[in-house]
Amino acid sequence: MTNNFVFETDLAAKKIYISREFNAPVEKVWRAWTEPDLIEKWIAPKPWKAETKIMDLTVGGIWQYAMVGTEGQRFWVYAVFTAIEKGSVISTMGMFCDGDGNPVTDGPKSYRDTKFSSLEGNRSKTDSVITFEDEATIKMFVETGFKEGTTASFDNLDKLLASE
Amino acid sequence: MRRDVFQAIADPTRRAILTLLAVGAMTPNAIAEHFDSTRQTVSKHIQILTECEVLVQKKSGREIHYHFNPEKMKEIDIWLERFRKMWETSFNQLDDLLNDL
Repeated sequence: MTNNFVFETDLAAKKIYISREFNAPVEKVWRAWTEPDLIEKWIAPKPWKAETKIMDLTVGGIWQYAMVGTEGQRFWVYAVFTAIEKGSVISTMGMFCDGDGNPVTDGPKSYRDTKFSSLEGNRSKTDSVITFEDEATIKMFVETGFKEGTTASFDNLDKLLASE
Repeated sequence: MRRDVFQAIADPTRRAILTLLAVGAMTPNAIAEHFDSTRQTVSKHIQILTECEVLVQKKSGREIHYHFNPEKMKEIDIWLERFRKMWETSFNQLDDLLNDL
């Protein structure tokens, strides 16, 4: 069954659109995106693991997890929920973290809005829009991937991705 | 101030200049003819694009042509491809999880 994975970028608008269909009802997909023990099972591409530090699914609440590599390397993901409509919408504002997972609160931000919808045949779909605050934010995203010290980890990720 | 590719794409006129030159090299005068802005304004954008290294100057005789340098745009592409792959892989893992839920 086709899953219609879409990944489109509009750099001029500083936006990335990601959508995907799932062969499961929207209630299950919502649970997989919001329950920490379920999120950890899919959000980090193997052999990376996700470890939740904070998951407070309320508007203004924090969602923080680490992507942990096979050699213990950690990338922190830190977001604040800006909108939640149970079963249909999650909006977050993402911030960069230092190596210990402390958010850089005055640093550049990114925003992600995800819509969950039902499709015919007990299937469902997620549509995400990631918006970068300014070109500096997308630049930081890119540099994070190239920065010395993380290059080795990303090489591992490349190997992993190449093998799949 | 160090220029980079992100400053190049930050401005609509500069994006338009890049689009023009992606098709073929042009002289500064030929570029300016495509815009309502003053020649001086267009020159400034060309200068920034050159400093960002997305444009390269080449002299042929007495004329200067500006060429688009696709190599410089690649660093964004590489990162975006990694980001796309990461999401694709995670979503495939989510399929497996949903099967078991």
